[in-house]
Amino acid sequence: MNKNQILKFFGYKLIRFVILMIAVAIFSFVLLDLSPIDPVSAYLKGAAVSESQRAILESYFGVNVPLTTKIYHWLVQLIQGNLGTSLIYRAPVTDIILEKFCASAVLMGLSWLLSGVFGFLIGIVAGKNKGSWIDKAVKVYCYAIQSAPSFWVGMLILMVFSIYLGWFPIGFGVPIGVKSTDVTFIDWASRLVLPTLTLSLVGLAPIAMYTRNELIQVLSSDYVLFAKSRGEKGWDLIQNHGIRNILLPAVTLQFLSFSELFGGAVLVEQVFSYPGIGQTAVAAGLQNDVPLFLGIVVVSAIFVFVGNLLADLSYYLIDPRIKESEFSD
Amino acid sequence: MIKKNKGDDKKQWFLYHANLRTKTIVIILISAIVIVSIFIASTFIKDLPTHFINANQMPSFEHPFGTDWMGRDMFQRTIAGLGLSLIVGFIASAISTLISIILGLLSSFNRFADEAVAGVIDLFGSIPHIILIILISIMFGGGVLGVVMGVGLTHWTPLARVLRSEVKEIRTKEYIHLAENLGKSKIWIATKHILPLIVSQIIVGVILMFPHAIMHEAAITFLGFGLPPHEPAIGVILSESMNYLASGSWWLAFYPGISLLIVVLLFDLIGENVEKLLNPETAQE
Repeated sequence: MNKNQILKFFGYKLIRFVILMIAVAIFSFVLLDLSPIDPVSAYLKGAAVSESQRAILESYFGVNVPLTTKIYHWLVQLIQGNLGTSLIYRAPVTDIILEKFCASAVLMGLSWLLSGVFGFLIGIVAGKNKGSWIDKAVKVYCYAIQSAPSFWVGMLILMVFSIYLGWFPIGFGVPIGVKSTDVTFIDWASRLVLPTLTLSLVGLAPIAMYTRNELIQVLSSDYVLFAKSRGEKGWDLIQNHGIRNILLPAVTLQFLSFSELFGGAVLVEQVFSYPGIGQTAVAAGLQNDVPLFLGIVVVSAIFVFVGNLLADLSYYLIDPRIKESEFSD
Repeated sequence: MIKKNKGDDKKQWFLYHANLRTKTIVIILISAIVIVSIFIASTFIKDLPTHFINANQMPSFEHPFGTDWMGRDMFQRTIAGLGLSLIVGFIASAISTLISIILGLLSSFNRFADEAVAGVIDLFGSIPHIILIILISIMFGGGVLGVVMGVGLTHWTPLARVLRSEVKEIRTKEYIHLAENLGKSKIWIATKHILPLIVSQIIVGVILMFPHAIMHEAAITFLGFGLPPHEPAIGVILSESMNYLASGSWWLAFYPGISLLIVVLLFDLIGENVEKLLNPETAQE
């Protein structure tokens, strides 16, 4: 292990991160600047003001400032961590994003973990019993769920568990009439179950399919044939030759799914009215809250980047072969 | 293992003996006929009559998908919605394909162009897809245009990535160097020597792009961006049915969703089978 190599790796990633973030920030800013949203009207929301007041607001929002100056200001403020004030919440964007993102992080983290573990297990079971009814059922399930819109899956789950069975509340992060700070853990957890279930059921399909196909490929390889001829069989064989080979790419794939995870969270939060970052993004988009939306774009890009970075890291840290070849030469 | 599969192929399949090629073509044709008939049927559905007497009826023979709160037949609304989704998906795929072909060919020009294309692909891949669609649809001011452009301008990345790596490989071929030495322009090489070789990738990529485009169109209209509430788009129907879930009108959400799922599956089926036919490794089985 060479410290220099590690530093080089992180240095390279850091430079990439900075360049990508600047690109994302400029790109999203220019897109929203080109949009027909008028910041003053979005701020006023139809309230009547006199011409002179409007002129003051226009100069405050910088309506007639050239685009390059605006981008420069936006980048400088972004580096200082100031994302402006949200027009819906009338509070600093960073505070809102922090609060909402924490709520979403619980949802996304749990579903990420559950879908990864169960997807992998189901994939192993299906791959081991290739051609059996279990395998066929898994395949049908995966194809169907990958072709189904995730919000529709959420609606079905909501219908079954909340309305027909009545096991869980229909939505909202907290019960009506209770302050968000007073909510009990049970109340909060019971509202987390169904969104997590939906996201896990949807997220499990790609990883299960991948694991299944990889396992079938491994099992038809020559070294498994050799292992079989030595007398290995059953779960020992799967454990020694299958799981060892498949686990790492599966973990990597799961890390690379952060982008879909975020997208799924946006839709599922909308269905279950879960007060997370996805719902906030939709509200910001629909109500022309440009500062909040820009902030969410940047945060989501960071989120995806972290996923990709972890995927790379998992390769570097877990796989002994790559560690040797990359770090020793 | 392979022997067994070949034996299976020779077995009777439905009505007569068929090899893989016939099977694939039959599957493609049946799926295509279903999709085209949905599309044609949707063009005949213009204004749906409202019958408030028949409001909120369960599915029956008369109304296979039930009726909504205004007494409109949900089956007809669903078909109309699917037709709209198909149109949006078609336009969006056309835009995305065009972008990926242009970028793929552009990457053949020189190292700098290649790096630039890779950078743009990375940029589009770094923002979650649904957020990116919202961003672009806001830029176009929402509405139908916003949805079409939002979906169309974001689905080119996978195909562009494939084309770029294909182009990279083709560029190392000798006849490309020969053409360069003969003084042919970059554009001439790109269109005459590279484009014909990537056509099969483009066809498969387009068909597999379609279902994604339709799903994202449904998602974005479900969230409330774009189409007005009276348009019978699948996303609009589903978001409207959210209001009636609590009263037990399950058919309002169930049938439109499952119809969308079937259409998406049919496109996947067509894509996979076309890929089988175009890929020389599997086409001769």
